Amino acid sequence: MLEIITKFGPTLLEAMGKTLTMAFYSLIFASIIGLFFGVLAVVRNKVCNVIAQIFVDIIRGVPMIVLAYFVFFGIPYACKNIIGFNLTLSALEAGIICLSLNCGAYMAEIIRGGIQSVPKGQMEAARSLGLPYLTSMRKIILPQAIRTMIPSIINQFIITLKDTSILSIIGFPELVNSAKGVVALTFKSFQVWAIVGIMYLIVITILSKLAKVLERRLSYDRK
Amino acid sequence: MIANDNIKISVKSLYKDFGKTNVLNGISLDVYEGEVVCIIGPSGGGKSTFLRCLNCLEDPTSGNIYFDGVDIADVTVDINIHRQKIGMVFQQFNLFPHKTVLENIMLAPVDRKLLDKETARVRALELLKRVGIEEKANDYPHSLSGGQQQRVAIARALAMNPDIMLFDEPTSALDPEMVGEVLAVMKELAQQGMTMVIVTHEMGFARDVADRVLLIADGVIAEEGTPKEIFDNPQNKRTQDFLAAVL
Repeated sequence: MLEIITKFGPTLLEAMGKTLTMAFYSLIFASIIGLFFGVLAVVRNKVCNVIAQIFVDIIRGVPMIVLAYFVFFGIPYACKNIIGFNLTLSALEAGIICLSLNCGAYMAEIIRGGIQSVPKGQMEAARSLGLPYLTSMRKIILPQAIRTMIPSIINQFIITLKDTSILSIIGFPELVNSAKGVVALTFKSFQVWAIVGIMYLIVITILSKLAKVLERRLSYDRK
Repeated sequence: MIANDNIKISVKSLYKDFGKTNVLNGISLDVYEGEVVCIIGPSGGGKSTFLRCLNCLEDPTSGNIYFDGVDIADVTVDINIHRQKIGMVFQQFNLFPHKTVLENIMLAPVDRKLLDKETARVRALELLKRVGIEEKANDYPHSLSGGQQQRVAIARALAMNPDIMLFDEPTSALDPEMVGEVLAVMKELAQQGMTMVIVTHEMGFARDVADRVLLIADGVIAEEGTPKEIFDNPQNKRTQDFLAAVL
């Protein structure tokens, strides 16, 4: 075990870095996508609501591994054969697109639920003062909604961080993919996968603790 | 109709349906500058819906609402500009829980660029003094009593310097011992000449402060008159029944 750590530790750490990079960009884009579709789902406009619903239904209804193959192989193929345009996506780019869409759809649902959990009177009070809809949303509704959303959002972030491992199938050298390589070289499955498991565990535990702190900080009921 | 400059808000045959339920069945009303109109009536009769139509929190199904010479019931009108001049106070206060009392009051005037931050702060403190709770300026709403919260809500509405104030059962969610402090603030406001439309169950207050009392039932104005006429000598059967039940 010690031998593996000393010999392949740097490789695995580097791969963890790639995993975190992919997760980091995906979470940023997913938050933007989630906010956009989450708000689209609650505005008083049937067309917007339906668009948001369709997006969520499609992404939620397709396994991420299928989405990954579709984005990485399917879309460049279609571009080349139908449009005649050569699109090359790196594994990292394709991975970020997949994770952003996937996580974004779940975030949209979390944000929709969070917004709807704020009492109606808050929006009415803001509008009655002459604030426009989006200003009311930004200054009054979302700051309150975010407090109820934090646990679910962190949960989703953790799921997305773990889902980066699925992207090993399109060849991105994140942690699982690198670990496979180490296993192939050493034949020490037990030790390698135990190390990898512990690495995920450490990162995710830190993330959960941060979430708890954040949750406490944002609570206005504290005395 | 009389084109009178003194009419603050003029409602012409207002109808409101929720699906198949007709809540308002043709209400017309002129509210004059400085007038205090109290609306009473049975629950589900349409009083609150009517009040909420006045600043288009509910879009009327048909009818006109003239405010500042503009029909604000017209959906192409930018309602946000007109709402700034129509203050509203809610039954449930609806203070913003993530903002301090002071921030609650300053938010809209600053955001709408009516006042700069410093002026807004001074004005907010003035208003808090007026409603008697300047010492709570930096507290969060949840640490205030219901009566205090409602007074903050009144101050928040006044911060926009409105031409008219709408009150939607402002004391109905309060503990009995706090009703008085809120009514006192409203009474003072009335005496200072604010135009007010008040949906209320406080008959004593209506009798005392109103220039005109309307009884809305089944989506129409069943009867209107001075407090004396309505309370001492009601003509309409529905007014008589209602007053017999509540007094």
